[in-house]
Amino acid sequence: MNASVHWLSAFVDTGLSPRALRELLTARVATVDAVERVRIDLAGIVVARVVEAARHPDSDHLWVTRVDAGGPELLDVVCGAPNVTAGARYPFAPVGTTMPNGLAIERRKIRGRLSNGMLCSARELGLGTDHEGIMPLSVDAPPGTPLLDAMPIGDTRLVVDVLPNRPDLLSHLGLARELAAATGRPLRDPSIPGAPAPSAVVPSVTWAAGSAPAAGVRVTVEDPGDCPAFLGAVVRGVRIGPSPEWLVGRLATVGVRSVNNVVDVTNYMLHGYGQPMHAYDLRRLAGGEVRVRRARAGESIRTLDGSDRRLDPSMIVIADAERAQGIAGVIGGRESEISADTTDLFLEAASFAPGRVRAARRALGISTDASYRFERLVPAVSPAETCQVALRLLVALAGGEVAPPVALVGRRPERPAPITLRSRRVAQVLGVPIPAGESATLLRTIGFEATPAQDTIAVVFPWWRTDARTEIDLVEEVARLRGYDSVPDELRPYRLGTVPDDPLVARSAALRELLVGRGFLEIRPMPFVGPGAGATVRVTNPLADTESYLRPDLLVSLARRAEFNLARLEGNLRLFEIGTAFRAVTGSERPHEETRVAALCMGARRPPHFTEPEPPSWDEWDAKALAHDVAGVARPGVRVELAPDGGNGTLWRVLAGEGEADGAGAREEIGRVVRVSLDAPPWAAPAFGVEITVAATPSAPVAPPGEQAFAAPIAPPARGAGPRYRAQPSQPPVRVDVTLLVPDDVSAGAIERRLRASGDTVLERVELVSEYRGVSIPAGHRSLTWRLTFRHGERSLREKEVEARRDKLLRALESELGVRHRTT
Amino acid sequence: MTDTVNRPSLAELLDRMAGLEREALPAIAAAADPEELERLRIRYLGRTAGLLSGVSGSLGLLPAGDRPAAGAAFARATAAIRARLDERAAAVAATRRAAAPPLDLTMPGRAVWQGGRHPVTVVIDEVAAIFRELGFTIALGPEAESEWYNFTALNFPPDHPALDLHDTLYLESGALLRTHTSPVQVRTLQAYPPPVRVLVPGNAYRRDFFDASHAPMFVQIEGLAIDEGVSFVDLKATLTHFARRFFGAARTRFRPSFFPFTEPSAEMDVECRICGGAGCRTCKLTGWTEILGCGMVHPAVLRSAGVDAERYTGWAFGMGPARVAQQRYDIPDIRELYDSDVRVLAALAR
Ligand SMILES: [Zn+2]
Repeated sequence: MNASVHWLSAFVDTGLSPRALRELLTARVATVDAVERVRIDLAGIVVARVVEAARHPDSDHLWVTRVDAGGPELLDVVCGAPNVTAGARYPFAPVGTTMPNGLAIERRKIRGRLSNGMLCSARELGLGTDHEGIMPLSVDAPPGTPLLDAMPIGDTRLVVDVLPNRPDLLSHLGLARELAAATGRPLRDPSIPGAPAPSAVVPSVTWAAGSAPAAGVRVTVEDPGDCPAFLGAVVRGVRIGPSPEWLVGRLATVGVRSVNNVVDVTNYMLHGYGQPMHAYDLRRLAGGEVRVRRARAGESIRTLDGSDRRLDPSMIVIADAERAQGIAGVIGGRESEISADTTDLFLEAASFAPGRVRAARRALGISTDASYRFERLVPAVSPAETCQVALRLLVALAGGEVAPPVALVGRRPERPAPITLRSRRVAQVLGVPIPAGESATLLRTIGFEATPAQDTIAVVFPWWRTDARTEIDLVEEVARLRGYDSVPDELRPYRLGTVPDDPLVARSAALRELLVGRGFLEIRPMPFVGPGAGATVRVTNPLADTESYLRPDLLVSLARRAEFNLARLEGNLRLFEIGTAFRAVTGSERPHEETRVAALCMGARRPPHFTEPEPPSWDEWDAKALAHDVAGVARPGVRVELAPDGGNGTLWRVLAGEGEADGAGAREEIGRVVRVSLDAPPWAAPAFGVEITVAATPSAPVAPPGEQAFAAPIAPPARGAGPRYRAQPSQPPVRVDVTLLVPDDVSAGAIERRLRASGDTVLERVELVSEYRGVSIPAGHRSLTWRLTFRHGERSLREKEVEARRDKLLRALESELGVRHRTT
Repeated sequence: MTDTVNRPSLAELLDRMAGLEREALPAIAAAADPEELERLRIRYLGRTAGLLSGVSGSLGLLPAGDRPAAGAAFARATAAIRARLDERAAAVAATRRAAAPPLDLTMPGRAVWQGGRHPVTVVIDEVAAIFRELGFTIALGPEAESEWYNFTALNFPPDHPALDLHDTLYLESGALLRTHTSPVQVRTLQAYPPPVRVLVPGNAYRRDFFDASHAPMFVQIEGLAIDEGVSFVDLKATLTHFARRFFGAARTRFRPSFFPFTEPSAEMDVECRICGGAGCRTCKLTGWTEILGCGMVHPAVLRSAGVDAERYTGWAFGMGPARVAQQRYDIPDIRELYDSDVRVLAALAR
């Protein structure tokens, strides 16, 4: 909402500067986003003081002056004004300024003397007609001050952010009403110069259901649900012409171009009183009829902006006996537009269903000041309340006479029932006691009827307040009118809440700590993907095809982000995300959501160093170990195993729980380790990805409406779970390397499982330390070396003893897996 | 018979050990490099083929009465040789170091990659830390929501423009992508009785084109405090305290606002940190920076969640950590927070 400070002061004389108005409105009413000087074309003009003035040696009417314009040095300026006086202040246009008429000020020579700028007359600045001399300023502002800051020139525009619950503030009257309340100044009716007395113009208006005559025109509303009130008035004998300067100026300040006196009156009513109006040329309305009806299928109209628009039956139109002459609440028609030779007109003031106006505005792709207000609801009482001002102004500016009767079609809205405001409730919500008398006084300042009784107040909302009408709305009004700053901000004691932390919070933090420590950078990409790649959750109204599904996994997002970086020639990537993956569930409104952690790595494992100019790249084994560690943090206390998977890009499936690799036992697949296929340049290293499901989300209880739920999908850790202290032996370990000749059909994992399953209590560690294929190894075989670490808890191990244990293991391997010891 | 022949006497063994020691010590003293020392270690002390180890094998063959004396002599001889070896190894190493060219200590250390949390996560963590001090816990909720949780329960009228296909992303199944984290207010209140003090960070979605200042997905932090006697005073006090802690000694102001799910509603601003309240371009000459929306939870919301709205009151707020991160790190374009340029992320992680 754009408001003119001049216009507001016509309603209430606050005596406040635009800046102070901004502060007051923002603190009490609605936020003022900007305060804008309307005469921005004067932005370059500054206040200057003439220090010396002497006759030009080569001219009898020019002066050569020395001017202080705020700069470090005095300027030489040649001036032709007879009234230039040393010591006086004048508006000054420095070199480089553009004058309101478009003239650019340059340094130039006048009769041989250099002139650095121009001292200005009122006419040159558009501030008056006086061009007999330059404009003396009676201000104390120091030289160099912008003229707009030094003087109250022109109007000021306030850009007010009016929120949807307060459509009554979408007018100067609405804002002025609040300003009057906040300052204690009276609200007044702006005088209309030359307007006749109200009774001389407007016949009394009475409500009629369905249909009513307006002079010779029959006004009919087909569906009162579409149009709760429609006021029509015929004015005969008008003269179309320009509007007076005060009206043109006010409209200009709020951003409306003057059209003619009649159209300007309708715009004045919209911005001044919040009631959009429309004037039709009566000659163009066929059949002496105005009908508010739905558009017919296939009907079209040429609107005021010159476009031909196709209508449909969801839209309300204002029609004559033959065709649509306007789209209700949105825009009028070209055919019945007021033109220079209009003499008789039909004035419309109405209230339309907000949803219909919004739908029509969107379908047609036009937004107007009128549709903006109708969408936010113009009350049904408003046309009758505002028509008098409009008709008086019309007659004052365009002449003519209102032809009786004036039609008002609709049902008079009932007086709203009073709402009870309890002082106890005010104190409960605001935290400060406010006596009923004080609340009542505050409410009355903005037009509420408030009748206090003991500790309650019976409150009736004024007709212009269309926001919800409940007790809590009144509590808000009391707080707002009293000022939010009047409420103290002392911290008071509180009780601890009953809600435990969501288990995902700690787990996510631990995962972040792990991955950040490993050199990974967290990303927060958007979860949208295009169709395909396993996506099952479709967005019905996406803004782009590439955003038409929710991702089935996180690695797809990480892959796209990796490609983004590769395109910027950055190939050393370590990215991770903790985010949501989505899967459609048949028969369920909500998809299944899982919180997952995913990491992608490619390129150098370490930054280059002079000892290692080409560090090795991340490989499968890095990814495998990372997956193990990530899974361990994501699922603390649960046994995790990586099962080889030769599948499509997948290297390992991550399994959690007790059980065997062959699938025996209850194990859950919680993730995977993959080679990530990327749209990558040839120089890029291979990329590896790890993705682990942390938990289904939400992990907080979800209850159907009205029911309570306490079940938590993440089980609390079992008693005794997690690591425990173990005393470490101080006896020396004995390490033995065993090299095995392994046929290709025997996996290292099988051998290692067998070694660990030996039940040898002194075998402390089993580490694979080399893999070798080559000349001395028979085809179809490889040589694998394990380092076995033996340690006894209480005593030193003897060599023989260790050998015996080793040999036992070797025999078992040979007999069970066909793996022979390879001696060098 | 062979048994008696090969059985050594105590004197013989002591002699052999003394001889080995006499032979070893000068050899060790003469060794000039670590390889030579290692060879000598294996020669005398090697576990399998060492000369002294060979002697130890014979200890068991002595009469029981002689064994302690022999064992002690063995231990002494081994210790003496080992000590001399260590001593010589240190001396050799020192000589080597002295002879080697000096290290250029201005050369760089061997670095590892630096990881980092996302800037938005950093802000969330800091906000959460302050609210945790005030007794708040953290609750989470689903990103795909029903219309009931996202709108109806939060007191949005059925014809509210936000429900429109133009502003909200809907899923084929009928659910929608939550437009704010506020549905978690209702979910939490359904599941837990007051007092409730929770903070809810999470993703929210709007049907916005992706540009320098809008994104179809954004992160929101929601706060909720419900109990008997919780009032607008507590709202102002807690949020002002938060602003002081988070932004330093900043002044705050509360101005009227509107949300369907709170009443009274307010916006909290903090004094602009760039101009200190004097007004500058960043704060649009107001001297204030908008930080969060807040208000007293609307009774209709409490009733939706099954909470007695006459007995309990409370307040809620919602803020955008991405905006705070943008201001803190001078990020001109919000898309930087989604693009995941590792150079940008690594620079911010420091
Ligand atoms: Zn500022």
